[in-house]
Amino acid sequence: MTTPLLITRRMTDHPGDSQTIVRYESTGGYAQGKRALGLTRDELVEEIKTSGLLGRGGAAFPAGLKWSFLAPERPAYLVVNADESEPGTFKDRQLLERDPHQIIEGMIITSIANEVHHAFVYIRGEYAKPARRVQTAVDEAYAKGYLGGGIFGSDYDLEVTVHLGGGAYICGEETALINSLEGKRGEPRLKPPYFPAAKGLYMMPTIVNNVETISNLPHILALGGGEYSKVSDSADTGTFMTSLSGHVNRPGNYELAHGITWRELIYEIGGGIPDDKQLKAWIPGGASAPWFIPEKHLDLEISKDATAAAGSMLGSGAVIVMDEDTCMVRAAERLVRFFAHESCGQCTPCREGTTWLEMILRRIEEGQGRAIDLDLLVDVSDGISIGLAWPPKMTTICPLGPSAVSPIMALRDYFRDEVDSHVVNGGCPLKSGGATPQTPRSPGDETASEDGRSSDPASPDPDRMPGESE
Amino acid sequence: MSSWSESTQERATEIIARYPEKRSAVMPLLYLAMAEEGHLTDAGMEEVARWCEITPAQVRAVASFYTMFKRERTGRYLVSCCTSITCMLLGGDEVLHAVEDESGVPHGETDDEGMLSVEHVECIGACGGAPAVQVNYELIEGVSPTQARELVRWLKRARPEVVNSDEMQELFGARRSFDWGISEEHGAIGPYPAFQPLGTVGSEVSE
Repeated sequence: MTTPLLITRRMTDHPGDSQTIVRYESTGGYAQGKRALGLTRDELVEEIKTSGLLGRGGAAFPAGLKWSFLAPERPAYLVVNADESEPGTFKDRQLLERDPHQIIEGMIITSIANEVHHAFVYIRGEYAKPARRVQTAVDEAYAKGYLGGGIFGSDYDLEVTVHLGGGAYICGEETALINSLEGKRGEPRLKPPYFPAAKGLYMMPTIVNNVETISNLPHILALGGGEYSKVSDSADTGTFMTSLSGHVNRPGNYELAHGITWRELIYEIGGGIPDDKQLKAWIPGGASAPWFIPEKHLDLEISKDATAAAGSMLGSGAVIVMDEDTCMVRAAERLVRFFAHESCGQCTPCREGTTWLEMILRRIEEGQGRAIDLDLLVDVSDGISIGLAWPPKMTTICPLGPSAVSPIMALRDYFRDEVDSHVVNGGCPLKSGGATPQTPRSPGDETASEDGRSSDPASPDPDRMPGESE
Repeated sequence: MSSWSESTQERATEIIARYPEKRSAVMPLLYLAMAEEGHLTDAGMEEVARWCEITPAQVRAVASFYTMFKRERTGRYLVSCCTSITCMLLGGDEVLHAVEDESGVPHGETDDEGMLSVEHVECIGACGGAPAVQVNYELIEGVSPTQARELVRWLKRARPEVVNSDEMQELFGARRSFDWGISEEHGAIGPYPAFQPLGTVGSEVSE
């Protein structure tokens, strides 16, 4: 299996200084940004459509199509979504830190294609170092005349602003991100009418693209859309980055061609499970994705369609591997806790449902579970995501709430016996660490008291059911 | 009349100029306000409201939405331990317990001296080097409970002016998510992210 390296080529060949403009230009950088100035919008959109590039932020929407939907009003804006916060995902951090000029060149191409003159990079607040790297690169590009007034000596102006988030996963959702960038709470907007392509930032047409998607653009132009689409043998074109973590011998980010199997990823690329333990389950596409198990899914192709047919998604590209000693209740609790903590609180099913799921899972793990608790978890989940179908039916403005039920589906479908043994044994039958930390509560974080949502739920009360008043 | 120092006011002016609308600068100005006083106060939020030409209630609504805007006294060093899924699988809970035990500060709290705050956080994007810890948003990957104890002792003893990811990684970290490349001197001087508009040592060097 040969892996064509596109977006991680420079950092692989030049690990010391791949982030500098000197290295970027000496390895062909900014040639495509300059070239794009001589191409029309139609030519550029066509090239990206031909490439078959799918958005790499989680929704896998065709990037060229996204551009072609942009409403004609101007000014239009571009926002690069670098709010990477999906548990298990760390690929964008590497692209931001190790090749920020590649992102800037992708932004230049996107801006020219869509007649954008002000672009933003929205970086999650915890990524201080990646943000510094991007700002330094932006400053270098300004100094060279690649950004600012009259880029590359043309009459095209492009301003770039690097914006730091405040620690809210929900801002990775594009309309929440836009609210946040407007200086508001990061709450998702209703679509319709607030599709970013029509009514985005400041109610103007806006393109929101993920870091990895943007990083591919210089390569698509360099290779040509047709050639790029042949990089992989699979129906999914180009390469994709996967963040492999958990119980594997070689965790890390890997840029791969589509079409390999999960077995190859976990056992060959990832080097297998430490201490030769058995694989118990893995999460194929970030915390939101329904889980896979070796008995059913190990030899499936890693592609959008094959993963969807098996009832899950590639999502953010994060693969989290769990070995035989992992407690599935504990893993589910930790994932659900994340969604409960990150719920913005607008929609009742998500705000209330995720909190209840977290409390019920914790009481099972702590030995206070009841025989009906799994059915109760499924019932609460059904209230957030009706019918527990995949892709989920929406009861909420955004997909955050429905994502929280993925671990519950895994418990129901594959690990019912393990949940039952927690109840029968009065606690976790597997070896695991100490007490479970409650939902993160930060010094100075008064969110709970002001929104009326509890960020630190009291100990679960096994005699109280959801819906009963306190 | 602004209650901010002259250099902070200059930075605020410079930040606002980067956005098409003043209100968009509310988040970076909230970090500036934290840098000015160590955490967000009512006066700080009112100042941000004046700069962005919105009401203090609108600023408070934003500040209360995001976990990184600290509206209570926060230590000079904010130690954030990741206990999200991958870090949990690889011992993140034990690292948190080691930090709490060594510092005597339970998560969600600050010591009496105002030196150390401890929190546990959701995924900070370091899963390839789990478990991970941040000090003032400067990252350390591959931290064992023993190294976490050493980190706490070092912060208390050395009281570094600037905390820097590369330095702490050398001292207290192990496996990284990826090759970090050449190290940098930039770092944080308080419990807020060291990003260029803020009063960081890094920004002085690069300007």
